[in-house]
Amino acid sequence: MNITLLILLPLLTAIVILLMQNATQVKWVSMMGATLQFVLAFVLLFSFYKERQLGNTSQMLFELKYNWFPSWNISFHFGVDGISVAMIMLTAFVVIAGVLVSWNVTKMTKEFYFLLILLSMGAYGFFISLDLFILFFFLEIAVIPKYLLIGIWGSGKKEYSANKLALMLMGGSALVLVGLLGVYFSASIHSFDLITLSLLHIPIQTQLICFPLLFVGFGVFTALFPFHTWVPDGHSSAPTAGSMFLAGISMKLGGYGCLRVATYIMPEGAKEYASIIILLSVIAILYGAFATMMQKDLKYINAYSSVSHCGFVILGIGMLTKTSIIGSVMQMVSHGLMTALFFAVIGMIYERTHTRQVSEMGGLLKRMPFISTVLFIVGLCSLGLPGLSGFIAEMTIFMGSWQHPDTFRRVATILACLSIVVTAVYILRAVTKISMGPLKDEFKNLTDATWNEKLAALILIAGILAIGVAPFWFNDLVSPGAEIIMQKISPITIGIK
Amino acid sequence: MPNVTYIALIPLLPLAAFLILGIFGRKYFKNTSGIIATALLLISTLLAVYTAYGYFFEYGKVDGIYQKLIPLKYTWLQFSEGVSIDMGIIIDPISVMMLVVVTFISLMVHIYSLGYMKGDDRFPTYYAFLGLFTFSMLGLIISSNIFQIYIFWELVGVSSFLLIGYYYDKPSAVAACKKAFIVTRFADVGFLIGILILSFYSNTLDFNKLIERLTTPESNELKNAVAASFLGISALTWGLVLVFIGGAGKSAMFPLHIWLPDAMEGPTPVSALIHAATMVVAGVFLVARLFPVFSISSPNALSLVGYVGAISALIAAVIACTQTDIKRVLAYSTMSQIGYMMFALGVSKYGGEDGLGYTASMFHLFTHAIFKALLFLGAGAVIHYIHSNEMKDMGGLRKYLPITHITFLIACLAISGVPPFAGFFSKEEILLAAYQNNKTIYWVALITSGLTSFYMFRLYFSIFWGRTRPSSFKRDCDEVKGEGGFVMMLPLVLLAFGAATAGFIPFGHFISSDRITLENKFHLMFSISPVALGLTGIIIAMWMYKKENNKPEKFAAMSSGLYKAAYHKFYIDEIYIFITQKIIFNLIARPTAWFDKNIVDGMINATGEGTKEISEKIKTFQSGKIQQYAICFLVGLISLALLFIYVWK
Repeated sequence: MNITLLILLPLLTAIVILLMQNATQVKWVSMMGATLQFVLAFVLLFSFYKERQLGNTSQMLFELKYNWFPSWNISFHFGVDGISVAMIMLTAFVVIAGVLVSWNVTKMTKEFYFLLILLSMGAYGFFISLDLFILFFFLEIAVIPKYLLIGIWGSGKKEYSANKLALMLMGGSALVLVGLLGVYFSASIHSFDLITLSLLHIPIQTQLICFPLLFVGFGVFTALFPFHTWVPDGHSSAPTAGSMFLAGISMKLGGYGCLRVATYIMPEGAKEYASIIILLSVIAILYGAFATMMQKDLKYINAYSSVSHCGFVILGIGMLTKTSIIGSVMQMVSHGLMTALFFAVIGMIYERTHTRQVSEMGGLLKRMPFISTVLFIVGLCSLGLPGLSGFIAEMTIFMGSWQHPDTFRRVATILACLSIVVTAVYILRAVTKISMGPLKDEFKNLTDATWNEKLAALILIAGILAIGVAPFWFNDLVSPGAEIIMQKISPITIGIK
Repeated sequence: MPNVTYIALIPLLPLAAFLILGIFGRKYFKNTSGIIATALLLISTLLAVYTAYGYFFEYGKVDGIYQKLIPLKYTWLQFSEGVSIDMGIIIDPISVMMLVVVTFISLMVHIYSLGYMKGDDRFPTYYAFLGLFTFSMLGLIISSNIFQIYIFWELVGVSSFLLIGYYYDKPSAVAACKKAFIVTRFADVGFLIGILILSFYSNTLDFNKLIERLTTPESNELKNAVAASFLGISALTWGLVLVFIGGAGKSAMFPLHIWLPDAMEGPTPVSALIHAATMVVAGVFLVARLFPVFSISSPNALSLVGYVGAISALIAAVIACTQTDIKRVLAYSTMSQIGYMMFALGVSKYGGEDGLGYTASMFHLFTHAIFKALLFLGAGAVIHYIHSNEMKDMGGLRKYLPITHITFLIACLAISGVPPFAGFFSKEEILLAAYQNNKTIYWVALITSGLTSFYMFRLYFSIFWGRTRPSSFKRDCDEVKGEGGFVMMLPLVLLAFGAATAGFIPFGHFISSDRITLENKFHLMFSISPVALGLTGIIIAMWMYKKENNKPEKFAAMSSGLYKAAYHKFYIDEIYIFITQKIIFNLIARPTAWFDKNIVDGMINATGEGTKEISEKIKTFQSGKIQQYAICFLVGLISLALLFIYVWK
């Protein structure tokens, strides 16, 4: 199949949205666009499987290459492997759910949906790009709409949050750009092509400088400690769909970039800095979890818990074993689905109770059984219940990390393991306070989820269950991609075998 | 070996009940959900019994050894070469025995709940949760892979959480379910790290391979695991101890037991099923599953199991003597009895006559499941009738609840170890095993068995004898409810029959540490002291509680310090609250949140502010005034010139 469809379809949808006359039309067009994206993602998944079954073992499938700027060696080079397919699936799930929960947006509906769809285009483009310049271009496309989404449709101190988010992410992008240029000019062939670069040997001095630039630059997107503070403010001010896209898609751009760009083309740099990466990720995991314990606002709770969960993504990359990298990709997808669902539920609750303070809620299970059940499911996923996706991802990372026999990595893994208790504490405190206990009088007349909210929740839950109950297909999907990344990383002290 | 893949149905049918009732129950099966769940479970139970019959009497034994069969195995998640989570079924004596116990007790509870939970408006949800629990527990039992057991372990934990919090509008129930989950989760981290260690050294997650590799003295895996050490303790011992911590959490062993008494907030049938008969013995089962590794390769870890078990048994028995909530008494009694099972494993050795403790532990697990479920269901009938958990509201109920009274008495006799009831046989074996291997534990166990009969009969006499208290009766519902009708009485009678006769099963024939028949030997002389002690306990309880008097108060006053400490459960809860509230919340979480808000975020904001400040400062340079520009130009020119002339030369 032609994977540029993944970019063209959202682009087309966005254009059609601009031509629509009223809000209803806009909504249905976006819904149609999102559904088509969803279908397209599944078509991609199945044709990917089919190709693989037919014995196509090339690294990237459905490759396309158009020269764009030959003198600089920039080309539109697209292609997917299992990791990108997984991320594309995630994006499609989050987009359709995001469109569904935004059904009641009345303020500037057209612009709102336009930006949502534009953002999804940026994400798809990012995940299928094999040319780093184009990849960077799509990364920027995915940042700008977020600024507007928060600045216009946000709540609370939205200007502050929007500025902070945009500036910090731009700062990250700047680092990425510098890193990319550094790689470009020091490689023996001046090229932005990912595959070409991965086959070249980047001088070690360049790696030592450019790897941290790229890793930190992308790391800002995925809430790398200490550059995570845009996350709580950004999420809490964003509209529901904005938070979902932000946590479900944007933060994953960073993780994907760390893995596919930084680690893949500069493995020596990754090895050199592995200890620092692990240290920062373990800090993020525990620090995020403990900080979450003290939060009172639901969105802050989920935002800080995202910091903690995204720490696992970084940890998996930093551990540099095949298993841990697979776990890291699993965690990206799992966290994307789960946190999108969590923000969706928070939005539903907020629309009804008009509060996000946990202490002001209670007993909602009685009036809103569906929403409360979803809240339970997402909470249990977050604390790593088997059968849901979070468990699979975390366990894979732990198993991968434990393959190193050195004490530092052992201790790091044990500390990361401890976070599952802390997570249980803050999740259960919030979830039980909200949905259990006596029902407050002011909530006597609340209504349960509407059709669009139910559909959105069910779609995301289906994704969570698909990984949680049957992880083998996902493992098979991602594992060749991780294998190729690992091939470049000569066996560093792995295992005693 | 015949095709036994049908065994997969045993856990899957309750799962089906969970899914059907969980998704459609509220809409379509408002009143019939109980029947549906019970019917599905009945099929499971019959299959389990059929399996047990086939395994023990037909195909299980080959050359005098019960085989470990794996009829089904499916790779679920491959981590690396040789290390994968396989979803499989293992059929060996302990898993088959547990299959029967769990399905049977669960069936009794399902039937009993038809009466007990009648009229509850979340009836379908209740049965859905019961189905989820039964599925998870059965999955745990038949796990062939150590990670598979961890998965079901967590699922069991969450179903326990859901059922404890079933009465979700009661704040105490909500607190209890959170506590249960978090405490067991804490222990599970130990389990998880234990799995990581064991799997690293044995390079497998499969139980059979793991046990084989870690028990063969000449295997490289074992050598590596013993050679590697941390703080002077070998990696293998660390791994096993950590796994045991997981088991201790779930089995409410000291000091991780604090969640169990609070878990009594759940509906009473749930307490009977989860917090008495099945889930709480999961820790014992886990140790039994890994028993060869414990006993052959790491006797130190095993003796830890023994001491933890013995301490738990004694402490819980002492606390049980002072509690007034009848369910809490039973909860502590459960903890105490599980302590027996643990230390029975702890004093056992692998193989032959020395493996008596292993057989005894499994035997006690079996009999305890029956009589403890009976006690809880009996207590449920009492609570159902009188609408209170407190002993002070009870008394003289034998006239009103005749069947409950008789069955409860049988259960009390069984747990006190009075011959010929079931508990007598299993407890004798345990005491014998302890006597042969570890005298300290034997004495602790002996004292505990005296205490056991005392607090059980204290409970019995307070409920069924003494003065009736009409004030506490809800007269309006008495006539209607009575003892709860056939559905509630049938399980009691069946279980009472089991409690009276299960002891005569020659358990050693079926279950032993090396899976070779172990002949039961009966030692009359040895039994005298425990039975005498048990009877003494009963007599003291009768003297103090049969008729209302002030002896208990006097006695309490006499031993005031000990009594008060025991009444307050030795202040262990308070210690935990101190650790969590004061240390974790106030010394870790709060500073972290503060640090994040003020330091980390402060730095980011400062960068932003700083940039703004600087641009404020330097924007005056662009004033548009030609003269100012000219001066700047001149000054710059001169300073550059000076710089070049004098500094750089």
